[in-house]
Amino acid sequence: MYGLLIAIGIVLLLSVIWMVYRIQALISVAKGSSKKIATTSNKVNAILMMVFLVGCTILMVWYSIKEFDNYQLPVASEHGVITDQLFWVTMAVTGFIFVLTHILLFWFGYRYQYDDNKRAAYYPDNNKLEIIWTLVPAVVLTVLVFTGWRAWKDITAPAPEDAHVVEIMGYQFAWEIRYPGKDNVLGDYDYRLINANNSRGIDFTDKNSFDDFPSQQVVIPKGEPVLFKIRARDVLHSVFAPHMRLKMDAVPGMPTRFWFVPTKTTTEMRAELGDDEFEYEIACTEVCGRGHFSMRRVITVLEPDEYREWVSEQESFIKRNPDLISDLPSDLKELAEIYINESK
Amino acid sequence: MAVANVSSHDVEHHEHEHHDNFITKYIFSTDHKMIGKQFLVTGIFWALIGGFLSIVFRLQLGFPDMNLEFLRPIFGGWIDNTGKLDPNFYLALVTMHGTIMVFFVLTAGLSGTFSNFLIPLQIGARDMASGFMNMLSYWFFFLSSVVMFCSLFLEKGPAGGGWVVYPPLSALEQAIPGSGLGMTLWLVAMTFFIVSSLLGGINYITTVINLRTKGMSFARLPLTIWAFFLTAIIGLLSFPVLFSAALLLVFDRSFGTSFYLSDIYIGGEALPNTGGSAVLYQHLFWFLGHPEVYIVLLPALGITSEIIATNSRKPIFGYKAMIISMLGITILSFVVWAHHMFVSGMNPFLGSIFMFLTLIIAVPSAVKVFNYLTTLWRGNLRFTPGMLFSIGLVSVFISGGLTGIFLGNSAIDIQLHDTYFVVAHFHLVMGSASFFGLVAGVYHWFPKMFGRMMDEKLGHIHFWLTFVGIYMVFFPMHYIGIAGFPRRYYTWTEFAFSDMYTDLNMFVSAAAIITFAAQMILVFNFFYSMFFGRKASLNPWRSNTLEWTTPLHPQHGNWPGEIPSVYRWPYDYSKPGSKEDFIPQTIPLSATPESNLPHEEKLVNLEKEIIAEEGQILVANETKEES
Repeated sequence: MYGLLIAIGIVLLLSVIWMVYRIQALISVAKGSSKKIATTSNKVNAILMMVFLVGCTILMVWYSIKEFDNYQLPVASEHGVITDQLFWVTMAVTGFIFVLTHILLFWFGYRYQYDDNKRAAYYPDNNKLEIIWTLVPAVVLTVLVFTGWRAWKDITAPAPEDAHVVEIMGYQFAWEIRYPGKDNVLGDYDYRLINANNSRGIDFTDKNSFDDFPSQQVVIPKGEPVLFKIRARDVLHSVFAPHMRLKMDAVPGMPTRFWFVPTKTTTEMRAELGDDEFEYEIACTEVCGRGHFSMRRVITVLEPDEYREWVSEQESFIKRNPDLISDLPSDLKELAEIYINESK
Repeated sequence: MAVANVSSHDVEHHEHEHHDNFITKYIFSTDHKMIGKQFLVTGIFWALIGGFLSIVFRLQLGFPDMNLEFLRPIFGGWIDNTGKLDPNFYLALVTMHGTIMVFFVLTAGLSGTFSNFLIPLQIGARDMASGFMNMLSYWFFFLSSVVMFCSLFLEKGPAGGGWVVYPPLSALEQAIPGSGLGMTLWLVAMTFFIVSSLLGGINYITTVINLRTKGMSFARLPLTIWAFFLTAIIGLLSFPVLFSAALLLVFDRSFGTSFYLSDIYIGGEALPNTGGSAVLYQHLFWFLGHPEVYIVLLPALGITSEIIATNSRKPIFGYKAMIISMLGITILSFVVWAHHMFVSGMNPFLGSIFMFLTLIIAVPSAVKVFNYLTTLWRGNLRFTPGMLFSIGLVSVFISGGLTGIFLGNSAIDIQLHDTYFVVAHFHLVMGSASFFGLVAGVYHWFPKMFGRMMDEKLGHIHFWLTFVGIYMVFFPMHYIGIAGFPRRYYTWTEFAFSDMYTDLNMFVSAAAIITFAAQMILVFNFFYSMFFGRKASLNPWRSNTLEWTTPLHPQHGNWPGEIPSVYRWPYDYSKPGSKEDFIPQTIPLSATPESNLPHEEKLVNLEKEIIAEEGQILVANETKEES
């Protein structure tokens, strides 16, 4: 019943609009305005341009100021401070050009609206002007690019030798985390070794893997370099840690990396934001299927001594599950057992 | 310089050109004007579908708790029992929206329509170099459309890996249902599409080079033609690379090769593929993908140049600078592709190189904007709907172009890559700008296409709703992007950092619905005016270019008699000394001594010789006819 009423309503509304449209069209024919070059609607459009300019400027400024704390994510890495600075410098430069060009665009629209008594200026070219507005943007862009390039070069430089290594492996639809243990060297892996017990395909014939341990969270120390070794098991994923200003694709068959220095512990950030439940997070930013939107992992940043304590408490893969070494050749198996006994 | 062959046979031929039946006139037509209209109508059809799909996923993003049960008649099982959209189908919607809008609307609908319609009319040719190839171009596009349309109705859904269809996701059916038959049909459709683009592009290039009328040198071409010409060159050089990318993907999907696949464990088994590179696909894809941005943008900029000059009653400022900047964009568009891949895992040194190259391409774009602004300065502006959309284009081109400076800077891109900042950026600079160019072109050349005027008032209402609407949809996305919201997310509530801005997303969705609804005004205006619009005059915008010298309803062959010769550039508006504020290209300099500039006086003598020569040809033809 409601459907019918709504349908009748829509039909009535459409016919009213239709009538208005026809009457308007007939009036314009009667007035002969179709023969004029510019009618009052030309003036209306010119005024609307100024209204749009002023209205949108007010809206933009108001919202940008009001929401600043919401869209400006807190930053917690050394390079993040630099890239944020670059971002805001670029924002200042482009913001200036944005406002200036739009004022010119809409002001010209208003100022030079059609007038029967006037004539446009015949002004086909001016090479001096062309050169100026080729060179000025070129110089400004060069400066921006050069500062960006320096930051990029530092960010992507090889990680310091003493960086804490964390392996992050993406799969549909989560991340698995592996630590290299005391030796700070991850054991080899091979995707053909993956099975229910060994979801990461770790090769336990490599002695470096004996002390490798898993974790449910990415735990890292404040103020020390951390190296993410990133890989994927099935399709492309992308590690995105927004507060660390960190993003790197995870590619099956091609390990990638990203290193950084966290600057604030989770506790410090909680105090700063006044939010007791705050956590640093990792999300996926390369479309990977149905669960793309839910690949969450937490990063916990600890003070360096807390971090070392945490590392010493972790149990390695083979200690958690001695079955993993049951198939090893006897000499390696012995070594692994010694390792397990030692760490008890 | 090419001189069109104006023999008496030609003239005779066109006097008898009234034997077209329905099929040869409206369906398998070889007339460039009809083919252009076919592209346009198909493009409008696709734009409505593409727009509708975006509304559906905007409902999910803006109103996540909404019951979508009412969509079940269309989407069936994709609406689950609780009335929610299936996450896989959400990805399919995003993918198809992108594919449809980029390729079917803004490439075929824009380039296909206006290159076809305007190139012969504006350069003074009877038709395209090969009318048959031109017809094939449309029908390959039609075939491609049919295949892509069918894929929407598959049980497992259409392709769902994003419009870039990166493997391994797009190669493995285990990874997402859309990578089954849906992806196969996507690849088939794109193959036909590429064939269509190449057939069209070769034709556009050949026609512009060879069939210009007497006097129409490259330095007298309207900027529209320059834009279509360069667009066709870009397409011709880049589409084959997409074809190769697609072909290798077909091999990986169906024949067990490992071009893109390596070390994959999925669905409980390790695949045998090793040694492939997923990044290889990205390089191949973006080698088309980036030039593609300019394939959709340049025609829009060309159309805008023409419309702004005409309706400012002023010559376009810096005609040569405009051509040089378009040439610059054309060349540079081929060497910036990897800026889409800064964090793909490729060598960071390559990232540095592409950052420098990318920011160079911003310079010609900036030059174009300043030239548009100076064209408006001290003009006598008439706000036709076409003019309004052109001004709107300049605005969104600035807004979207400036954010490109952030994204082209690899250090800043680390944070912004694949967030809503990118979505905002390309929807403004490429999506909206090209769409505005398309709509501006429709309003401006409608009188030439159908011999009738579109309603101007409806056009104004349509413009303001669309212009404000577009900004209300895409401007807020910058805030959402700076806050780090990733793209292609079904919902953002899984993360604490993005568990906000529900209000802003609701606003964006509402604005998107209103903007989409406003497009119905255009659809109505278009189809209604086609049959019942006011009859157009021959040159309603008082424009200089050649298409306005044809009859109201030009037949196949465009000009009933001789093709007019061209004596001047197309931008002699408001020339000091002349009585009218425009001097069409067909008026000889010798006929306008009052307004000629000093350097043009020298050309007058040359021109007289040409006219004399023409007279001789005419006499010769007449004698031939008599004998």
